[in-house]
Amino acid sequence: MAAIISLRNVVKRYLRGKQSVEVLHGIDLDIETGDFVALMGPSGSGKTTLLNLIGGLDTPSSGEVSVAGVRIDALGGARLARWRARNVGFVFQFYNLLPQLSAQRNVELPLLLTSLSAAQRRRNVQAALAIVGLSDRAHHKPSELSGGQAQRVAIARALVSDPTLLVCDEPTGDLDRATADEILGLLQTLNREQGKTVVMVTHDPKAAEFATHQLYLDKGELVSRSTKAVA
Amino acid sequence: MAGLANQIAAVTVNNLRSVPQRAGVSAVIVIGIAVTVAVLVSVLAMATGFGKTLANTGREDRAIVLRGGSQSELASTLSRENTLTIPDARGVRRSADGKPIASAEMVGIVSLKQKATGTKANVTLRGVGPKAFDLRPEIHLVAGRLFQPAVRELIVGKAALGQFEGVDLGRRVTIHDTEWTVVGVFDSGGGSHESELMADAETVLSAYRRNLFQSATVMLESRQAFDAFKDQLTTDPTLSVDVKRETEYYAEQSKQLSRLLFFVAYIVGGIMAVGAVFGALNTMYSAVSARALEIATLRAIGFGALPVVISVFVEALALALIGGALGAAAAWIFFNGSSVNTLGSNFTQVVFQLTVTPSLAMSGIVLACIVGILGGLFPAIRAARLPIAAALRAG
Repeated sequence: MAAIISLRNVVKRYLRGKQSVEVLHGIDLDIETGDFVALMGPSGSGKTTLLNLIGGLDTPSSGEVSVAGVRIDALGGARLARWRARNVGFVFQFYNLLPQLSAQRNVELPLLLTSLSAAQRRRNVQAALAIVGLSDRAHHKPSELSGGQAQRVAIARALVSDPTLLVCDEPTGDLDRATADEILGLLQTLNREQGKTVVMVTHDPKAAEFATHQLYLDKGELVSRSTKAVA
Repeated sequence: MAGLANQIAAVTVNNLRSVPQRAGVSAVIVIGIAVTVAVLVSVLAMATGFGKTLANTGREDRAIVLRGGSQSELASTLSRENTLTIPDARGVRRSADGKPIASAEMVGIVSLKQKATGTKANVTLRGVGPKAFDLRPEIHLVAGRLFQPAVRELIVGKAALGQFEGVDLGRRVTIHDTEWTVVGVFDSGGGSHESELMADAETVLSAYRRNLFQSATVMLESRQAFDAFKDQLTTDPTLSVDVKRETEYYAEQSKQLSRLLFFVAYIVGGIMAVGAVFGALNTMYSAVSARALEIATLRAIGFGALPVVISVFVEALALALIGGALGAAAAWIFFNGSSVNTLGSNFTQVVFQLTVTPSLAMSGIVLACIVGILGGLFPAIRAARLPIAAALRAG
C-alpha cells in the first residue's frame, strides 16, 4: 500500500534562549494508508514534535514532510490551516473541548470551516456522536461528562469532517485502564472499519498494543520499529 | 466566505461566552474605561453648562455698551450723560409709553457665604434701570415682588438663592454698611443673571457712593438694527464706547473659562485614557493568555488567524462599550443638572448647571471605543501569532 505519510531527513531545532537545540535528527519515515502507528519513547525523545510535524501543527527546520501527496512543510500559515481542516483530525490528552459549548457544538466546530448547511452539519454531528456512542450526551457540556465521555466527544470532533488521518497525542494519558481500553478500542475500530490512518503518541505499552505498528524514538532518532500481526 | 463568517461568529461567540469566567480581569477594563469616560463627560458637561448659561443670557437683538477698550462690565464706566445719549440712538426699540427699552446699569460686588463650602464668594449686585424687565422679558418673579425704587430692596436670582446663604426671601443683607431686604426671587430661564442680585440702579449707586454706571444694555428694533445703532454710537465724538451684541459679549466672557475646561477635560481625560489603554492591554493580554489553549485548539482544527484576531477585538470593544456606557450613564445620573458656581468675568460667581448632552455621552463612548481598539490591538496580534504546538503543550 502507498505511504500516506513520508518524512525525509527531517530535522527540528528549537531556540531555547540563545541556544539552538536539535530535537529531531534527520528522521526518515513512511507510514502507509490505513496504518495504526504508536509512537513511543521516553520523555523528551521528540515524539510529540514528530507528531506535530505530521499533523501540520509545526514545520521542520529542514527536510520534507509529505502527507497524502502534499508537501506540508512548504505550506504557509493559512494554507496549512486549510489543509489541516480537510485532512487531519486531532485527539489530545486532555480532550481540549471548549468548556462553554455542548458536546454537539464542540463536534460541529470543524464543520464550520466547510460550506455545509446547518442541517447537514447537524446530521454529520449526530452521525459522529453515534459512532462514539454518545448520541444521548449531545447537549451536555464538557464539565458534565466523564473523562472517557469527553475523549469520545473529542474523537467525534476529530472524525466529523471525515479526515484521512487521525493524530492522537497521549489520548489515554488522562484515563483509567478500563476507559483507556475503550478509547483505544474505538480508535482501533475506526482504523479497521473506516480505514482511518492513526498516528498516536503514547508512553503506555498496553496502549501501543492496539496499534499495528510501533515506532520507538530516543534522543530525536527513530531507533526501532515493530509490526504486529493483524488478528 | 460563508466558512469565514461561520468561523468568525463561532470564535467570537465562544469568546464572549467565556468572559464571565474571566469576570474579575474583565472588570478592570470596564471600570477603568467607565471612570475615564465619567471624568471626561463630567468636565465637558461643566464647559457645556457654563457656555449654555452664558448663551442663555444673551440675545441677538440686544446690545451692550461699555467704555471703549473694556473687556467686562466691571472694568467699564459710563457717565450719566453717556447713559442718557445711548438709548436715543437709532435702532433702539421703544415701549408702548414711547420710551426706549434700555437700562443703564451698575455692577457691585457683594460677599456672601456659599452653602456648600461655608466660604465667602463674590456675588454680583446689579443695579438696573426702570425698563430692565422690559429689556429682559426672560426674567420672571417666582416669589415675592419687585424691589421699589429709592428703597433698599433687592431681588435674588434662583441660582444664587440655591448656592448662597442669607439671601432667602425676607432676609436682610448688609451691603456697604447698609441693610437691604430681599423682597423677591427671580428666574431668568437659566441665564447668568440668575446668579445675581438685582436692585434699583440709583439706590445701588447711592449705597456705593458712586455716580458712574458701568454698562448700558438696549433692546434693538430687530437684530438687523445693530449695525445702525453701533455706527451711531461709535461715530459720536462725545462717546468713547464699545458696542457689542449681547450674544457676542457673553460668548467672549465664556470663551476663556470654556477653553480652560475643555483643555482640562481633554488633558485629564487623555491621561486617564492612556491609563485605561494600559489597563485594557493588560486585561486583553490576560484574556488571550487564559484562552491560549482554546485558541491553539481552534487553530489546530483549522480555524484561521483572522477570526481569532476579530474575536479578541470584539471582546475588547464590547468591554469598552460597556465601560463607556456605564461612565456616560454615571456622569448623567450623578452630575447632569447639578449646580456649581465659578468665577465669572466680573470677579463674581456665575452659577451654572452641568449639562450632559447626548453628544457628550457619545463623545465618551467614542473615546471608550478608541481605548478598546488600542487595548485590543496588540493582544489580538499576539493571539493570532500564538505558536500552536507550544500553546498546546503549555496547556
